Amino acid sequence: MQNPFSLEGKIIIITGAASGIGRATAVECANMGASLVLLDLNQEGLEKTKELIETGEVATYAVDLTNFDKLSELISLLPNLDGVASNAGIVKSLVAKMSQKKDMEQIFEINTFSHINLVQQLMEQKKLNKGASIVFTSSMSGVYAGLIGGSLYGATKAALAGYTKALALELAPRGIRVNTIHPGMIETPLTKGTALSEGQLAEDAKNYPLGRYGKPEEVAYAYVYLLSDATKWMTGTQLLIDGGYSTK
Amino acid sequence: MELNEFIIGFADQFDDTDSSEITATTVFHDLDEWSSLTALSVMNYAEKACGNTITFDEMRNCVTVQDLYNVVNK
Repeated sequence: MQNPFSLEGKIIIITGAASGIGRATAVECANMGASLVLLDLNQEGLEKTKELIETGEVATYAVDLTNFDKLSELISLLPNLDGVASNAGIVKSLVAKMSQKKDMEQIFEINTFSHINLVQQLMEQKKLNKGASIVFTSSMSGVYAGLIGGSLYGATKAALAGYTKALALELAPRGIRVNTIHPGMIETPLTKGTALSEGQLAEDAKNYPLGRYGKPEEVAYAYVYLLSDATKWMTGTQLLIDGGYSTK
Repeated sequence: MELNEFIIGFADQFDDTDSSEITATTVFHDLDEWSSLTALSVMNYAEKACGNTITFDEMRNCVTVQDLYNVVNK
């Protein structure tokens, strides 16, 4: 019997692939048979991700996703794609009253605008195959819960969920699906980069009914699901993976 | 903007319609891929590339690509 979650024969682009959720998604997509195009600012991290991948074709490109001209050039060189894992992002813990214009621009530039630009370029250059799947890494934060210091971060992630709704409509005639994944706190270099200490993070993890933060691969499996043909009839939806946090 | 350039830009708003199907005399409402989405794409294209807005009413009254070009270049 054919595995409905297989990614055999699919070419998938993954951004933010040098660490965390992006790296895990690359590894799991390769395990399911996909060929990969991996993007990140961090060349060294991309190489490490590539080393972790055991099978399939992998191309890596160190690129600044906020440099729209450079990205456009790169996209022109790519083959047509069957999947987009638009995942790159930063975390910035900043209370609302301290959030100034330069902070807003910095975090929106990468967390929101670069994602929208990536998809816009792929559409304009006609690089999306019929039946392709686009998935954005949004967040529990800003959509299902608020976190102190996460107002801007949450806003950037909620924007992706909002963008997805109309995009899903516009791409539906070509059978292209668009969905968002909303992780709670995941153990990645990003969460270690927040203002919280190790002790505070351990204490915060107790707020999750399942007793801990998530692991990158636990989000990667959701990526596999949404990128696979198992979800051919899902579009414009939000998949929450938060260890039960937002049930409280 | 020259007519030929407009036709190329117009054709680019379609994903599945071969550009060779689109000429000045093409009755664009009859194209299989014509929809409210492609109509809006063409309106956006006209505004960005030609600097002129075109309304849905004006578009509805156009029959051929040449008609659209005439409205956009009014």
